[in-house]
This record gives sequence, C-alpha cells and structure tokens, in this order.
Amino acid sequence: MNTLIAIVGLGVFCLVAEIFNFRKAIIPVSVIALLALFGLTITDNLPQVAGDYSNMIEETSFSKTFSSLFILLTALLLVLSNNVYKNTSKISDFISIKIFMLSGAIAMVSFNNMAMFFLGIEVLSIALYVLAGSHRLDIRSNEAGMKYFLMGSFASGILLFGIAMLYGATGTFDVPTLYDASISANTEYWFYIGVILITIGMLFKIAAVPFHFWAPDVYEGAPLIVTAFMSTFAKVVAMAAFFKLITILNSYMAYSYEIVILVISILSMTIGNIMALRQNSVKRILAFSGISHAGFLLMTLLNIGAAANNLLYYSASYALAGVAAFSVLIYVCKNEDDDKIDNFNGLAKRNPLMAVIMSLALLSMAGIPILSGFFAKLFLLNQVISAGFLVLAIVAIVNSMISVYYYFRVILAMYTKDSVKQEVEHGSEFYIVGIVAAVLLIVLGLFPDTILHLI
Amino acid sequence: MNISIVLILLLAGAAFTFFAGNKFASKIALLVSVASFVFTLYALNLYLNGADLSCKSIWIQNPKIYFSLAVDGLSLAMLLLTTGLLPLIILSGWVTKFENEKAIYSLVLFMAFAMAGTFLAADGLLYYVFWELALIPIYFIALLWGNGSLEERKNAILKFFIYTFGGSLFMLVAFVYLYQKAGSLEIESLYALALTETEKTWLFLAFFLAYAIKIPLIPFHTWQANTYSKAPAIGTMLLSGIMLKMGLYSVLRWQLPITDTAAKEFMPYILGVSIAGVIYGAVLTLRQKNLKKLLAYSSLSHVGLIAAGLYSLTIEGFQGAVLQMLSHGLVIVGLFFVSEIIFNRWNTYTISEMGGIRSQATKFASFFMILVLASVAMPTTFNFVGEFTILYSLYNVNIGFAIVAGTTIILGAFYMLRMYQQTMLGETNTKVFADVTIVEGLVLLVIVVLVFFFGLYPKPIIELITPSLQNILNQIN
Repeated sequence: MNTLIAIVGLGVFCLVAEIFNFRKAIIPVSVIALLALFGLTITDNLPQVAGDYSNMIEETSFSKTFSSLFILLTALLLVLSNNVYKNTSKISDFISIKIFMLSGAIAMVSFNNMAMFFLGIEVLSIALYVLAGSHRLDIRSNEAGMKYFLMGSFASGILLFGIAMLYGATGTFDVPTLYDASISANTEYWFYIGVILITIGMLFKIAAVPFHFWAPDVYEGAPLIVTAFMSTFAKVVAMAAFFKLITILNSYMAYSYEIVILVISILSMTIGNIMALRQNSVKRILAFSGISHAGFLLMTLLNIGAAANNLLYYSASYALAGVAAFSVLIYVCKNEDDDKIDNFNGLAKRNPLMAVIMSLALLSMAGIPILSGFFAKLFLLNQVISAGFLVLAIVAIVNSMISVYYYFRVILAMYTKDSVKQEVEHGSEFYIVGIVAAVLLIVLGLFPDTILHLI
Repeated sequence: MNISIVLILLLAGAAFTFFAGNKFASKIALLVSVASFVFTLYALNLYLNGADLSCKSIWIQNPKIYFSLAVDGLSLAMLLLTTGLLPLIILSGWVTKFENEKAIYSLVLFMAFAMAGTFLAADGLLYYVFWELALIPIYFIALLWGNGSLEERKNAILKFFIYTFGGSLFMLVAFVYLYQKAGSLEIESLYALALTETEKTWLFLAFFLAYAIKIPLIPFHTWQANTYSKAPAIGTMLLSGIMLKMGLYSVLRWQLPITDTAAKEFMPYILGVSIAGVIYGAVLTLRQKNLKKLLAYSSLSHVGLIAAGLYSLTIEGFQGAVLQMLSHGLVIVGLFFVSEIIFNRWNTYTISEMGGIRSQATKFASFFMILVLASVAMPTTFNFVGEFTILYSLYNVNIGFAIVAGTTIILGAFYMLRMYQQTMLGETNTKVFADVTIVEGLVLLVIVVLVFFFGLYPKPIIELITPSLQNILNQIN
C-alpha cells in the first residue's frame, strides 16, 4: 500500500513539476524515485496481519515481487522516454500518465476487492488509450488510439459484467469471500458465468487468440515508446492479474476449463508464430511474437498451485527481452518513417553493440540457453508435463522451432545485409537500457535461483 | 583441482581474445588453446593416477539441477580430441586472413568451451545447455565468414540451425519427462531409473531425433553438405572434427544407457539406417565435383559406420566407434585444411580446375597422400584400427551388415584415390602452386604423426576408454 501511495505521489509530482518549470528534472527524479521504490518494495517485510485499508489491498509475496518487477520495467522504459520526449512540451503529461499507469498495475496485483481490481485495470487501460493516440497529428496514432479504446472498452465492459455476476452470486466484492464461494458446493451458477466473462475480458487484455486482433494494429500505429510499454509492461501486468484472478475464482479448475485454456494456449502460440513469419514491420513481428508468448504464459494456469514463480520468471525474462529489443528498435527507427526490417540492415557494422543487444534479446525470446528465455520455457515445460499435458509441451516445442525463423530474420538483416545509411548518434539512454536489460537476461539465465523463490 | 578449470580457461580465453583486439587475437587464441590442451594432458595424468576430477554443486534449487561435471576415460578422450584439435584448427586459421579476427577467434574458443562442456556434463540440463550453446558460435562463424553467395549461405545455415535446434528440443522434452520421473537429472539417477518399455521407446526416439540430425544419419543429413561447403574452413573443421562427435558421444553417454531395452529392440533398424547412410554417402561422394562437398559426403559415409558401431551394442563396436571418432576427427580436419590450402592458392574448390600440383609442391602432395590413405583406412593408420574393430563388431551381430559396410571401404578407396589423382597428379599445372609454408606444414605434420603413432600403437587410448565403455555396456545389459 505504501508503494501505491508513493507512486501516486510521484505522479502528482510530475504533473506539478511543469507548473514550477522543473521539466528537465522530471525524468531523472522519477527514475531515481522508482529505483528507490524498487529497492524498498522488494526488501519490504510483509505485514503480519493481513488486510488493511478496509480490506481493499492485500500485501503478499506475490504482489510484492510483481510490483517490484513492474516498477523496474517502468524505470527502464522511462529512461528510454527521456530521448523520445526531449523536444516536446508535453513531457510532464506523458510521464505522469505512465506513472499513474504503474499505480494501476500495482493495484491489479495487490487487490483484495474486485472494485480495486477494476479500478486498477481501468487506470492502466485508459492511460494506454491516451498514450496510444498521443501522436495526435499522426493519423496512424489516432487510429491506434481509437481502435484500442473501442476494443478495450468493450472488453472492460465484459469484465465488469463478469464482476457484476460475481456480486450477484455472492453479494460481495471481497476477495476472500469470493474464494470461499468458489470452492463451496452450493454457489449460484452465475458465479461461474461471471468467471467465464472475466476470463474473456482478461484474454483480451493479454491478447490471446481469438481476442488478439487489436494487438498488431495498435502496436503498429502507436508511438514506439508506447508500443514498448504495451508489449512488455502491459502484457505481464495483465497476465499477473489474470493469474491472481484465477487463483481466487477458479483454483480448483474444472477439466473443461482446463481444456479451454489449453486450446487457447495452443492457438495463441501457433497463430501468433505463423502470422509473425511473413511480417516486414518489426513492431508487428514483436506484436505477433507477443501473442505467442501470451500462449506460453497461459500455460501457467494449468498447474496453478505451483506456477507463481514460473510466471514471475517468464514474465521477467519476456519483458526484459522486450525492453532490450525496444531500446534497439527505437534507436534504429527514431528518424525513420517506418519500422521495416530493412532499417536494421547492416546494424552490426554501423553499431556492433546495439546489434549484440538485439541479438541477445531475440535469442532469449527464441529460448536459446544460457539466456533466461530458455529457462523460462524450460520451467513451464517442466510444470506442464508434471500436470500431465505432454501434448501441450510438444506443441510448445514445435512453436519454439518456428519462432526461430522470424527472430533470425532480424538477426540476419543486422549481420548480413549492407547498410545504406550513415550512423547518427542518438544519445546514451538506449545503450544504458539495452545493456542493463541484456545483462539481466544473462544473469537471470546463469542464476535462475535469484528470483525463483521470491513468491 | 577439478576439471572445470579447462572450461573456465576456454571461456575466459574467449573473452580475453575478444578484448585483445584484432592484432593479437589469433596469437592469444592459439596460446589459450595450447594451454587448455596442456591442462587436459595434466588432467589426464592425474586421472590415470586415480585422482577424482569431477565437480558438483547445486545450480538451481527447484527444479533440482546440478552443475556437475564428471570425468571418465571416455569423456577425457573426447576432451583430448577437442582441446587437441583446437590449436591445429586455430593455427590453420592463421593461413587465412579474416576480417574482424577478434570476433572469429573468440567465437571459436567459445564454441570449444561449449563442446568441452558437452563432453563433461553429468547433469542432463547442464549437458543440454552446453549442447545448444555450441550452436550459436558456429551459426555466426558460418554466416559471417563463410564463402559463396550470401543468399545461398544464409539459407543453408538457417536450415542447419533450425534442424539441429528443432531436433534438440525433442531431447529437451525427453529430459523434462525424465526429470518428472527421477526428480533429478543427474546421470546416475537417470541410469538407475526404472522405466516401462513404452516410455523407453518414446524417449529413445526423442533422443534419436536430436542425435540423428547432429551426427547426421540419413534421412536427416540434408543440412550437412551445404553447411560444410558454405562455412569457412575453420568452421567446417570445428563442425566435422568435433561437433559431429557430440552427437555420437551423446548416443553412448545418454541415449543407449537410459533407453536400453528400446535400443536393443531398435538395433537392427538403426543399424540398417546407419549402413544405408554409409553406402548412400559413398555413392553421393562419387559424383561430387566440389572438393569440400566431396569431403562432406565422405564424412557422412564415415559417421554412418561409427554410428553402426555404437548401435551394435557390443564392446568392440563401442571401442571401434570411439577410436574412429578420434581418428576421423584428426583426418577430416587435415583434409579440410588441405582443401583450404588449395583454395587459398587458386581460389577454387572445383576439382576439375585442379590437377598437376604434385610436381610443384611435393611436400604438400605427400601430406595429402598420407591423409587420403588414412581416410581410406590403410593399415598402420589410426583409422584402420577403428574401422577394423567396428567391422568386427558388425560381423558378430550380423555378417550381412559387415559385408555391406565392408564393401564401402572399397568404394571409399576408389573415390578418395580418384579425387587425389584428379587434384594432385597429371601434367604440371600452368598455374603456380607454392609449397606448404611453415605454419601449414606444422599443422599437417602434427596430424600425420598422430595418425601414424596411434595407428601403430593404439593401446594407450584403448586402455583409457575401455573401462568406461564397459561400464556403459553393463548399464545397457
């Protein structure tokens, strides 16, 4: 709760800073504050007595570790933003929106009341709608914002309807009561309708097939830095919240529900990968690869009792790989009209360090050892096989194979094509973020134990 | 004192080479490789005196994974092959001038690190990590420093990568499944595991896919010839000299002991496939016009025979296969180096454009002749020992296999000698061919001396490997 208050305070500071003409200080101060908060959150001792603030917030190791991850990701992405917003006058708006978004994310993993959850997800979503359309003179950005808003609000509607069903069945938004109802034998049947509606709403938020159509278009149209937020930060936030919801509402999953999750997982992996094969825009490749990673993340739901750590590990390695990839992508495409793969041609000659960072990020996403992406997939496979879904594991393996093809397209472009462009210096932020993220990928891969026992 | 020092040496050497800059990279790499070879010899000495060189510590708590390296005769023999060939391979690179030398030499050392790790690992996951890790450097070596048109090269190498990566993923599933059963991936606990026959069958097939692609056995060999011919000589040597042996070694270390009943059940079929590969490779070799591709297909034929030795499940088969792995590694590196020497002089791999070299470069031609004879397993060469033992083991299993495999020796002699005739003999070529330089001569001399030495006196190696092979065989039966 203290984290949440501090973050909202930081957001307010960013808004006010403009009035007092502190524009230049906004990003450095926010990043330092976020890093301090990261340290405080991750070392925070959990309260002995659960439940405070009228039972709206619950502090568990789950919420603590995921909040820390979100704070770290936001800090990294804010460093990237420094370069992007250098010449705009709107800097305080954009930064404060992002920080408020973080507060929404933290609410989504530490809620103890469905109202709090819905508040969190709306704060996050509305912030993203605004950011997606934040290049207001660019027609594609407008389209992305509009599209995301229409689809997203529809999904929020379904989600809200589901929460209303839960309320109808139990007469409360309180999470422990809902949990009791979910395992009790004489719960009204619309409780389960509510669970299904909430599932649909969350599947939309994590962009799993068949609710994925918005993702490539919105990713492509939105400004790069916003796409970075959506594809890394927002995805892992939504998945963590989804995981928490399922542990509350459906922890003793019916077989039929498991089969649905299994099928959606398989479809997301496969369709995401196959669609990614023929894309030319790197943003769209990352969007489709994000859809296939959503399929992988969904596997955690199939063995929900033991999967929280695996989810954390997968989320961290996926999001960090995404951050590293986006730091290079923004670096490369900053002055370009589009983000075609061709922009990466000859990057290895122009800027070897950036090419190495991008390669590490993509190799990690493809699941090559010793990078953390490999272990993330391994732990998931281990868990899925122990839950008895060998078929799913094999489909996941085949998908990993397919994904190599499109990740390597980018690597091939960097290393084998000749560049026509001259190298322009873009500032050190990209290097800092890229190197930090890439090093974290390797460190997490070499020592998975560092974060594997946090929950 | 334990064996992990050799891995640390190679890894640190890779980093050091990279930061040493282009000017000193090749020298430092050579230094590191020689140091690691010397260390391996030292380790060998300690091992023979009964010291325990293995090392083990916990790596990941849950799932329970150990960083565990084990040393026995077999893994030491493979480690010797790796670190012994490495200085030769690096020295052979001195002849060619690479762009960005610091990168290629550090990749070579990194790859040696991964391969050495594969031979030493005694925990399934650690082994898998090393196994996959070896793929990345060779991918970049072949892609960035290879020859031929970029477009073709890219496709050939991507195919190689996806094939091997895909195959190994099935092995990963097998390991995860084994982990569920055993609660650990340590090799002893996997050996001790009681599995049903159906489980063993499926595990066998999953392992087989990974290894059949890597070795390669037909019909999984299609990546091989193109990759070999597109990769730079230094990469081809790493691939054919050491990386192939990773697959063969793994059959022995992981596949056969864990899935014993399935291995027995599938033995005739796999022997059939391997021997079909021997013949198929030999027949394809007959028709090759490109020297590098010719060597690639002859290699396909040889590894088919080695695989047949392994899958014969007899102690002679194992011994012969390991001996042949070592000798094939030596000789194929020499032969690819010869082709590289010709390429450096004349800028071609096409056999019809060669000829008449012997009269200009007698020393070179003599070295080449010895390597060709070794490759066709002439008695007194190292290859003869291995090949003979394998054929003997096949004869014990089924005389038909031995006869069919034996005939390929004749075919082998035919295509290798014809190749020699076309490239070296004939009227003196109008193009000038300088004889071997000191560095080239040194590499070839070392190989030739080793080929003869172990051909005449294979006993130390046989004594080194036999106890561990016997252990593996006992595990299977």
